[in-house]
Amino acid sequence: MSRFSRRAFLATVASGALARPSFSNAAGRYLVIDIDKMKFGVSHIELKAGDTVRWRNKDLVRHTATARDGSFDIDLPRGEEGSIYLVTPGKMEVYCRFHPGMIMTLSIVE
Amino acid sequence: MLKKIFLSLAFVLASAGAFAQDAAAPLNDARIAHIAYTAGQIDISAANLALEKSEDAQVLAFAELMARDHAAVNEEALALLNRLDVAPQENDTSAALSSQAREREEQLAALAGREFDIAYVENEVTFHKTVNDALQNLLIPNAQNADLKALLETGLSLFREHQLHAEHLLHEMN
Ligand SMILES: [Cu+2]
Repeated sequence: MSRFSRRAFLATVASGALARPSFSNAAGRYLVIDIDKMKFGVSHIELKAGDTVRWRNKDLVRHTATARDGSFDIDLPRGEEGSIYLVTPGKMEVYCRFHPGMIMTLSIVE
Repeated sequence: MLKKIFLSLAFVLASAGAFAQDAAAPLNDARIAHIAYTAGQIDISAANLALEKSEDAQVLAFAELMARDHAAVNEEALALLNRLDVAPQENDTSAALSSQAREREEQLAALAGREFDIAYVENEVTFHKTVNDALQNLLIPNAQNADLKALLETGLSLFREHQLHAEHLLHEMN
């Protein structure tokens, strides 16, 4: 693990998240959030503008990762994944359109 | 009348508690799986009826979700039973569930338009509530195999979402 990605990993762990950054580069980190057993793998995650978040649906049923503010809506059939490149700082709620009790938040800092 | 049907359904599920103590037909994993699978099939069948009869976009979207989610869970249940080499075992509770459901579907089928939509969604609220109660208090506590228990627990989380969804939809319709 390179020093940079180790730092990214530690930063993620420090935020209390289980998401795993699979790689990182100067442009930003790449974080993976698994959906399983009717839950997002993390309930909250802190990110930097320029990071990419990827949701992977490991659950039995189709889900979505949908921004409450309407800025993105990722359809996630079973076994599928989808990502979003985050540029705008702020706090955002993400939910599943099919199962609206599934909620997580993203905090994006500059 | 629909309320009465669901009261008896609740009774059927509740009475399964009694036969859980019955040494002749204990509530083993094979029977639990059959009950859960049957409940899923009942909801898929009701969803298909709604997809046929309703013209309301929200009701159609809800029915599509029910058909899809319950099919996914049941498919997984069959795959799991296959891995465990357990054959789902028919029992009084699942047989009663099926016959109650046939009766309910006949009544739903006789309705049309908004009357159908409301009756369908009301049924979904009550049915999910009853099944969720049974999962929580009867099926999950009695499940022996860890994978079966885990699948029932995921099912319960999912069906609670369905119940909330149906309640919300009903609230919007009234
Ligand atoms: Cu979902």
